[in-house]
Amino acid sequence: MLFRIAEKTELKALFDMLAEKNTVVGPVQTDTDRKGKPLFAFEQITDQGKLRLDYTTTRLLAKRYFLPFREDLATFTVNGGDWTKDIDYHIDRPYVFFGLHACDINALNKLDKVLMGNVYPMPYYVAKRMNMFIIGIDCRPQPFCFCRSMGADTVLHGFDLFLTDIGDKYFIEVLSAGAYGIIKDLRTETPKESDHLQYMRTVAEKNKLFTARVDTTDLTKILDMEFQSPVWKQWGDKCLGCGTCANVCPTCYCYGVEETVDVGLQKARKTKSLYSCNIVDFAEVAGGHNFRPERSSRLKYRYYHKHRGFVEAYEESLCVGCGRCGEACLAGITVPEVIASVRGEEQ
Amino acid sequence: MNAKTPITRTYLGIPVPRPKVAFFELSSCEGCQLQLVNNEATLLDFLSLVDVRTFREAMTEKLDDYAIAFVEGSVTRADEVDRLKKIRGTAAVLVAFGSCACFGGVNQLKNRFKDPAWVKKEVYGSHPIETNDTARPLEDFVKVDLQIFGCPVKKEEVEKIVTNVVLGKSIVQPKYPVCMECKANENTCLFDLGEPCLGPITRGGCDSWCPNSRFGCWGCRGPTVDANVEQMREIMNKYGFSEETMLDRLECFGGFAGHAAEMRKTVRRGGPAWPPE
Ligand code: SF4
Ligand code: SF4
Ligand code: SF4
Ligand code: SF4
Ligand code: SF4
Repeated sequence: MLFRIAEKTELKALFDMLAEKNTVVGPVQTDTDRKGKPLFAFEQITDQGKLRLDYTTTRLLAKRYFLPFREDLATFTVNGGDWTKDIDYHIDRPYVFFGLHACDINALNKLDKVLMGNVYPMPYYVAKRMNMFIIGIDCRPQPFCFCRSMGADTVLHGFDLFLTDIGDKYFIEVLSAGAYGIIKDLRTETPKESDHLQYMRTVAEKNKLFTARVDTTDLTKILDMEFQSPVWKQWGDKCLGCGTCANVCPTCYCYGVEETVDVGLQKARKTKSLYSCNIVDFAEVAGGHNFRPERSSRLKYRYYHKHRGFVEAYEESLCVGCGRCGEACLAGITVPEVIASVRGEEQ
Repeated sequence: MNAKTPITRTYLGIPVPRPKVAFFELSSCEGCQLQLVNNEATLLDFLSLVDVRTFREAMTEKLDDYAIAFVEGSVTRADEVDRLKKIRGTAAVLVAFGSCACFGGVNQLKNRFKDPAWVKKEVYGSHPIETNDTARPLEDFVKVDLQIFGCPVKKEEVEKIVTNVVLGKSIVQPKYPVCMECKANENTCLFDLGEPCLGPITRGGCDSWCPNSRFGCWGCRGPTVDANVEQMREIMNKYGFSEETMLDRLECFGGFAGHAAEMRKTVRRGGPAWPPE
């Protein structure tokens, strides 16, 4: 890894350089909530002034750019008794992601393992993912962030550039050849020992700010033991089965596929829609049998996939601790509270 | 559009049947039928899929041989019961078309009043009017084979259902709540904006029509399978909305009538007694 230092004024040069020929997606303020707090989302931007690198979190990690909520996997054109099939990966240009937090880059790295590193990669994802240029940005832990517990508060790969605000300058990690090509044209310097110290101090300060945490010690075993725990029923009673937790989660990728014929009978399509294991018919099979008719068992399995099944398969959790699911859940169901209750801890 | 023109549609070279259908309205605003005719882009495709025998909003001819009857509206008059039974006698498949037909719709708001004579007088004064004491869904009088929800129905959903019927595919209606589509549409949640919404307990399929325009859901499509109404009530409370705010929504279209009646029994309220005696 190559490290550089740049004055903060260089940010605009970096943005303009990238935005000149590419589509840039970054955090912007889209709303103000009922308490007057800003709400952020990832949107396409052409004006660096709109970019809010000081954003707290976004409700969604702009899934539409790598895992769209709905996507036609194939369209079919009917000509008499014959038909033709068209496949489109729905990516017509590379995207520059300007300002992803460590948790979200880690989330993409986890998705890569499932959707790219597998025996059967998912081309719709791969095509989009290979065309992402990612600039990471450091962050201030929010009351709901528990990424540090999940080992996702720092990120070692899966980005091109990572910027850390160390006071009056940016400390820049340059990871890819593409990023190197860009950084060459900016005014940057080799960091001095004092810059290294300043970087380490910044990170140490950040670490002190975490308040939410999840104890992952022996968690797979504990989940095995507590499969019948009464806490699942309690959380299930609260759960609305609304699917919001999965929809806002940067690592939830489950989906359903539907085949439809257009009303004109000239076209047909196979459409993938992201789904959620909390929805009542998630485990309903042909013939109508439902393996998980109760909300409690569905909620439980979401936790088992994130914190047990995935860990057994990949030796890491499928949760990055971004806290989005708990923030978005109207019933107030949060990962730290659920895990603590399974561990028999008082919150 | 001439209902007699025979059009043989094929799919993959195989002729598809063109069922004879008819549209009827009982007590309703006819908004559901209007949904079908107001998207001209697909109207002709839709009308050529089926052989329309009666459709007051689209044609003058009226023929009474039909296999599928789409009946809009709720039953609020004695003569409507007779009409409905006659339609049922002719149709092989009877579709409750829209929330009035499925649940009573907005009309069933009058069912909340204990004294129907008072309601009649408030609304119609001394004008003579023949109306039943309650507005009822079709299924209270005849067997209903299929329900298409919504106030109004979503045209795309109707087209999809009819296409599947014609092709002999099974009809699958969403079991997920409005929140699923709302999140897919990347809306800001109305609770964050300080507005109530019944999205978490209401059947999806409308593509989160109301939240897309920053209106909270009023539950027009009725409860989702497995609706957690108790928890919805807790959430409304937590966000500072009154019990009446939730009840207004639950009672608006009739889909939640049972839940609303249950909730009324334990309502924590400050204001005047409701419904008025
Ligand atoms: S979860 Fe961690 S990486 Fe993500 S925003 Fe919070 S502190 Fe930053
Ligand atoms: S845990 Fe919360 S967000 Fe997830 S389905 Fe249940 S109520 Fe919805
Ligand atoms: S489960 Fe929740 S906290 Fe974990 S990655 Fe998903 S949204 Fe973030
Ligand atoms: S606005 Fe309504 S439908 Fe949308 S997510 Fe919020 S509660 Fe659900
Ligand atoms: S959002 Fe709710 S009220 Fe609006 S159309 Fe959909 S189900 Fe009906």
